[in-house]
Amino acid sequence: MLLRLTGERLALGILTLLAVSVLIFAGTELLPGDVAQAILGQTATPAAVAAIREQLGLNQPAVLRYLHWLWGFLHGDLGRSLANGRPVAAQLDFRLLNTLFLASVAACVAVPLAVVLGILTAINRNGVFDRVVNMLSLSAVSVPDFFIGYVLILIFAVQLGWLPSLAAVTGSMSLGQRLVAVALPATTLILVVLAHMMRMTRAAIIGVMVQPFIETAFLKGLPRWRVVVQHALPNALAPIINVVAINLAYLIVGVIVTEVVFVYPGIGQLMVDAVSKRDVPVIQACGLIFGGTYVALNMIADLLAILVNPRLRVPR
Amino acid sequence: MRISGHRVGIGPSIGFLVILLAIWAAVAGPMLAPYGPNDIVGDVWGPASAQHWLGFDNLGRDMASRMLYAARTTISLVIVTTCCTFVIGVIAGLAASVIGGWLDIVLLRVVDIIMAVPQLILALIVLSVLGTSIPVLIGTIAILDSTRVFRLTRAVAMNITVLDYVEVARLRGEGLWWVMRREILPNSLPPLVAEFGMRFCFTLLFIAALSFLGLGIQPPATDWGSMVRENALAINFGLAAPLIPAAAIAVVTIGVNLVVDWFLSIHGRAHGEEL
Repeated sequence: MLLRLTGERLALGILTLLAVSVLIFAGTELLPGDVAQAILGQTATPAAVAAIREQLGLNQPAVLRYLHWLWGFLHGDLGRSLANGRPVAAQLDFRLLNTLFLASVAACVAVPLAVVLGILTAINRNGVFDRVVNMLSLSAVSVPDFFIGYVLILIFAVQLGWLPSLAAVTGSMSLGQRLVAVALPATTLILVVLAHMMRMTRAAIIGVMVQPFIETAFLKGLPRWRVVVQHALPNALAPIINVVAINLAYLIVGVIVTEVVFVYPGIGQLMVDAVSKRDVPVIQACGLIFGGTYVALNMIADLLAILVNPRLRVPR
Repeated sequence: MRISGHRVGIGPSIGFLVILLAIWAAVAGPMLAPYGPNDIVGDVWGPASAQHWLGFDNLGRDMASRMLYAARTTISLVIVTTCCTFVIGVIAGLAASVIGGWLDIVLLRVVDIIMAVPQLILALIVLSVLGTSIPVLIGTIAILDSTRVFRLTRAVAMNITVLDYVEVARLRGEGLWWVMRREILPNSLPPLVAEFGMRFCFTLLFIAALSFLGLGIQPPATDWGSMVRENALAINFGLAAPLIPAAAIAVVTIGVNLVVDWFLSIHGRAHGEEL
C-alpha cells in the first residue's frame, strides 16, 4: 500500500515536472514576442533576423525544439548563452553551488527555529509571548525583502563594521570564511522565511487543538505543554511538513532579491541579468532549475507527510 | 471607534489611517509636491533640511517630491492590477463552480500547473520575452495571481451552488450570468473581501520586487521599488536613502494587513488559515 502510494506520488511529481518544463519552454518560445526580433531590436534588418532565427533553430516546429531542449537539459547540455556565446552550463556550475549554499544555511536555521517558535506560540495562545511574536511576524511578513537586507547592511556592515556588506565568495575560501561572507544575506532570508513558516506552523497546531481528542486530553488533567507536544504535535506534523515545503518557495523567490541586494554570485543574480539582456537559454535553464527544485521539494514533503501520518495511506 | 457595530482596536485603526494616507498621497501627491519629480535641485544624497524634508536622491532630486509622485504610480498600479486579478479569478471561479464538468477540470489542471512554479520565476520568463511595460506587468501579475483567487472563489462558491435557493433560481429559468452575479457572488463576499486585502499586499510587494530588480517600472516614470534601486548605493555610505521608499512599502503593507486581520477576526477565520 505504502509502496503503491509512493509510486503514484512520484509519477505525479514527474508529470508535474514535465508540465512545468512545457510551461517554461512555451513561456519563452511561443509568446507573441519573437525572440530573434527581441534580441536585435526594432531596427534590425530582415536578413539579420532571419540569420538569428536560423542560428537558434527557430524555423523548426516548436514540438521538435522542445524535445531537443529537454533532451539536452537531461544530458547537461543547456545550450549557449545568446549574450556571450559561452555554454550555459559553465556559467551555472559554481553559481548553482553558491545559491544552494546560501539557501541551505538559511533553511538549516529557519526551519527548526520556526517550528519551535510556532509550537511555543501555540502553547501560549493569546498570551503575551504569542501576541508579541505575532505582531513581529506580521510586520516581518509585510516588509519587502530588500528592506530587511538594507537595514542589516546599515547596522552590521556600515555602522558596526562587523560583517562585509558585499557577499563576495570565491572558490578558495574555507567554510568558516564562507559562513561569515553569507551571514548577512542568510540572516535576511531567515527573517523572511521564519515569519511565514512560524505563522503557518502555529495555525496548523491550533487547527488540531480544536479537535475532540485534545479536549479529552485536557479533561484527563494533562498539563498544556504535554497536550501540545504529545497529542497535538504528532497530528499536526503532516500539515507542518507541507508548511515547510511551501515556505521553501519563499526561499527560492527571496534568494533572487537577496542575491541582488548583496551582489552575491548565485543563479538568482544570473537570472535577473539574463532577463534584462533577454538571454533566453540562460533564463530557461535558471527557470527550470528554480521550478524543478520547487516541484521536487513539494513532492518530498508529500512523501514525508504520507510517512508520518498513517491515515493518509488509506485511500479515501 | 465602531464600524457597522464591530469594535475597531488600535491596530486596525492605525491600519485604516495608513490606507487613507496612502490613498490621499496617491490622489493629491503630485499637487502637494513642491518640486517636479525630475528637477535637480540639490546635491547628490544631500542631507534633509526644512525645505527638503527627506533630503535628495542619487541625482540630487528632492526625495519627498519624488516619494509623492511615486506614491501615485505605485498605489494606482497595484489597485488596477489587484482589480484585474479579481475580475479574472472570480469570473473563472464562479464559472467553474456553476457550470462545472469539463470546464472545471480544465481550469483546475491549468491552475495546478501554474501554481507548481514560483510566481516570480514565471513573471521573469514572461517579462524577458514581452519586455517590461505597464500593460505587460499588469497582465502578467493579474493572470499569475488570479490562480489563488480562482481557488478561493471556487471553494466558497462550490458550497453555495448546492444550496436550495440557487436551485430555485435555476428552476425559475434564470440565466447563468444572473445566478453567478445575484445568488452566488453576494453570499461569498466576506472571504473575497479579505482576500482582496491580501492580494493587494502581495501585488504591492511583487511589483516593488520587480522594480527593485530593474524589471518593473522604467525611468523616467518611478515607483517606490525603483527608488530603492536608484538609491541602493547610498547604503554603503551609511545613508538611509533607499530605506525611505522601502519603509513606505512596508508601512502600507502592514496597514492593509492589520485591517485584513481585523476583518477576518469579525468573520471568524484566522489570518493565513485555509478555508
